[in-house]
Amino acid sequence: MELLPTIWFIAIAVLWTGYLFLEGFDLGVGMLMKLFARNNTERRVLLNTIGPVWDGNEVWLLTAGGATFAAFPLWYASLFSALYLPLLLVLVALIFRAVAFEYRGKVDTDRWRAVWDWAIAAGSLVAAFGVGAALALTTTGLPLNANGDREGGPFAWFSGYAVLGGFAVVCFSLLHALAFLALKTDGDVRHRARRWFVRLLPVLVLPIAGWAISVQLLSGEAWTMAAVAAAVVAAAFAWHFGRNGLEGRAFLSLGVFLLLGSASIFGAAFPVVLPSTINADFNLTISNASSSDYTLGLMTIVACVGLPLVLAYQAWTYWVFRRRVSAAHIPEAHSFLPAIAARALAPKD
Amino acid sequence: MDALEIARWQFGITTVYHFMMVPLTIGLGLVVAVIQTVWYRTGKPEYLRMTKFWGKLFLINFIMGVATGIVQEFQFGMAWSEYSRFVGDVFGAPLALEALLAFFVESTFLGLWIFGWKQLKQGVHLACLWIAVIGSVFSAYFIIVANSWMQHPVGVEMINGRPVMTDAWAVFTNNTALVAVPHTLFGALAVAGGFLLGIAWYHLWRRRHDGIDTVGPDGKVIPGEADIPGRDKADYKVWIASLRIGAVVAMISFAGTALTGDLQGKLMFEQQPMKMAAAEAACHDGTGFSVLSVGNVGSKNCDDIVAVIEVPGILSFLAKGDFTTEVKGVNSLLDQYKADYGTHLPDNPIYGDRAGQEIEYVPVMEVTYWGFRMMIGFGGLAALAALVALWATRKGTVPASRGLMRLAVVGIMAPFGANAAGWIFTEMGRQPFVVAPNPDPSGIDQVFMFTAAAVSPGVSAGELLTSLVVLTGVYAVLLVVEVRLLVKYIRGGVVSAMPELAHAPVDENEDATPGPDGTGKPGDADDVLAFAY
Repeated sequence: MELLPTIWFIAIAVLWTGYLFLEGFDLGVGMLMKLFARNNTERRVLLNTIGPVWDGNEVWLLTAGGATFAAFPLWYASLFSALYLPLLLVLVALIFRAVAFEYRGKVDTDRWRAVWDWAIAAGSLVAAFGVGAALALTTTGLPLNANGDREGGPFAWFSGYAVLGGFAVVCFSLLHALAFLALKTDGDVRHRARRWFVRLLPVLVLPIAGWAISVQLLSGEAWTMAAVAAAVVAAAFAWHFGRNGLEGRAFLSLGVFLLLGSASIFGAAFPVVLPSTINADFNLTISNASSSDYTLGLMTIVACVGLPLVLAYQAWTYWVFRRRVSAAHIPEAHSFLPAIAARALAPKD
Repeated sequence: MDALEIARWQFGITTVYHFMMVPLTIGLGLVVAVIQTVWYRTGKPEYLRMTKFWGKLFLINFIMGVATGIVQEFQFGMAWSEYSRFVGDVFGAPLALEALLAFFVESTFLGLWIFGWKQLKQGVHLACLWIAVIGSVFSAYFIIVANSWMQHPVGVEMINGRPVMTDAWAVFTNNTALVAVPHTLFGALAVAGGFLLGIAWYHLWRRRHDGIDTVGPDGKVIPGEADIPGRDKADYKVWIASLRIGAVVAMISFAGTALTGDLQGKLMFEQQPMKMAAAEAACHDGTGFSVLSVGNVGSKNCDDIVAVIEVPGILSFLAKGDFTTEVKGVNSLLDQYKADYGTHLPDNPIYGDRAGQEIEYVPVMEVTYWGFRMMIGFGGLAALAALVALWATRKGTVPASRGLMRLAVVGIMAPFGANAAGWIFTEMGRQPFVVAPNPDPSGIDQVFMFTAAAVSPGVSAGELLTSLVVLTGVYAVLLVVEVRLLVKYIRGGVVSAMPELAHAPVDENEDATPGPDGTGKPGDADDVLAFAY
């Protein structure tokens, strides 16, 4: 077995897990803008819990994509081209979502805010679903030919696994966001988020469990099945802590749940990175899809320096903005335009 | 149109669009960081106002660069899977490093800067902006390393038909990248310079037009105050300082682009001689630089082109640094390319229907010829305008002319045009190669790839057309939104970025933000957030 490709398989699994852990809650908060928040103030409370961090979280996606390109170019090429249309949707969703965060508060009218609220909620939903579908398909397979190209037209990727994976990430994100809001807000939002978290947890973990179990049935091993069982225990702990008002522990337990679930899925898929549903000989594996040892070695050195740094300064960001956000912290929306522009627009003389 | 053509249009459109936002992000980021540093050191209120105002515009634009940047990374795999397979070993690394070492830094520290006005100490807060801006410079470096490898592949060996990286140092210090990085950074600063200049001009003009500033008998400005929030004497200082900074930045960066561009040109005459011959629309070997060529510049037969005005010796100077060396024209290069890389595309399934077609080695000459001249022309025009602007405002304000004000505002577009033209020139000029062969006789010259082989074989023209239409549509809508927001905030003036000015028109250092002398008290529990979405 090759050492460096194995390390990079693990590294990419870690990057995706980091992405799901961090962007998981901000995608969920985005969806909750429409599902949970009752008025503009609550929506602004939600937004400001993720305001300083969502962009940094999204870079985990770019890094996961970039690392896949660099470490497993054949995996990157086959997966991204086979999922052309779903990834297009993800891109459009991420574009609108990003712009919406920044532009929502820039014009003080209800209609303007409503448009961008929808962009945030729908963008978060579509992005989460698309990423989930793509990850599920890379663990369960796509109709790839010998060259690694998709056979069977633009929708040949569609399968029950895609839907399951999509729901898995959507549901996990919602749950994770509820745990996050309980931890990061105060007042009514905090209590309602905790209540929702406890009530919905048993349902929202089902799709991700379904995905994990499907992968076990396809290619599971003893330790990965044990990981699934351990993940269920972690979810039970999260529920227990949530019920007893221990928000920090509930959030962390859910993180452990994600870590174990993701380990069970990637672990079961290993060493195949992208199975072909046409012929197992066309499977992309860590051996036939990877870059040279030279490139992987270089990347390993850089990642060993870079990744701990990223974790350190991102952790610091969360520390700086550790204060709970509540309605009382939200400044009033300002309507500055009249002052100068009204004068500027008025005819002179 | 077939899949290849659509994929190329898509890449071109999304990249040029993305590169409208990026230079403004890089350039304005640097300028805002310097301005905030001045405020930190001097405590002068006009520099806080400038930081807030230009910082607000910076953020409105920044987010568009972020949003459209993700498309770029995904697009290689989605639309250009054969390209990704071929170059992944060497091309993926700079992209991954860009994300890991630059994007994380940029986005995390910018988040700290945006939201941390109160939570962080002034010095730390300023450092966050600098770190974010340096991150954006690094991001430019990594992406240009990747691009330069396509222009001039180095540091690889062909193993099993694919280039495999053997010398990372060579890849990351590719001479093509080392000159392209400063060229791009100066280009970005030119955009920021023009942006400051045009907008500051508008506000100085507005103040005169509204009767706030007047001009004395000696022609010197007499700054005044009006009973409008933010329209005080400090506001005057904001705009005159911005205008002068913008003009100086614009002139310095044009000089920078000219110097680095000259170095780039000399390299390119060696590395991609056909691109430079096509930039000149020069058929025959010669020494003269064409100021104007007419005829059918886009003609396949370049003997249809007649150079009307030609300056002898200049082409040799651009290429070699003297006035006499003959520079090879399209015709002699064509024979050389045909001999080295074949006359027809190989009979290989990766070329699809194009297998066996004749290879067109001459790039589209009206694009290379005019792209090259638009780049230089727009850049020079902007620098000249900056010089004129400095002279015209020597007595402290702008002329009362509305037409001149409009010209200054429209002039903001010129450096954007120069940037776009430069990239279109260099990318189109590389055709028909996506990875141009390196003519260095060290044996690396077989590392090249025709664009015709790069597109995703499994993706249909219908899918590509869908994404082209969707992305172009989304981008068009968002461009309208961004420009309207920018215009709104520009018109609103400083108060649009500092609503606290409307409540307390003077002494905003004390009022809203902890002063640079460290009197700030971070994290007061009952405070509302200093910045909130």
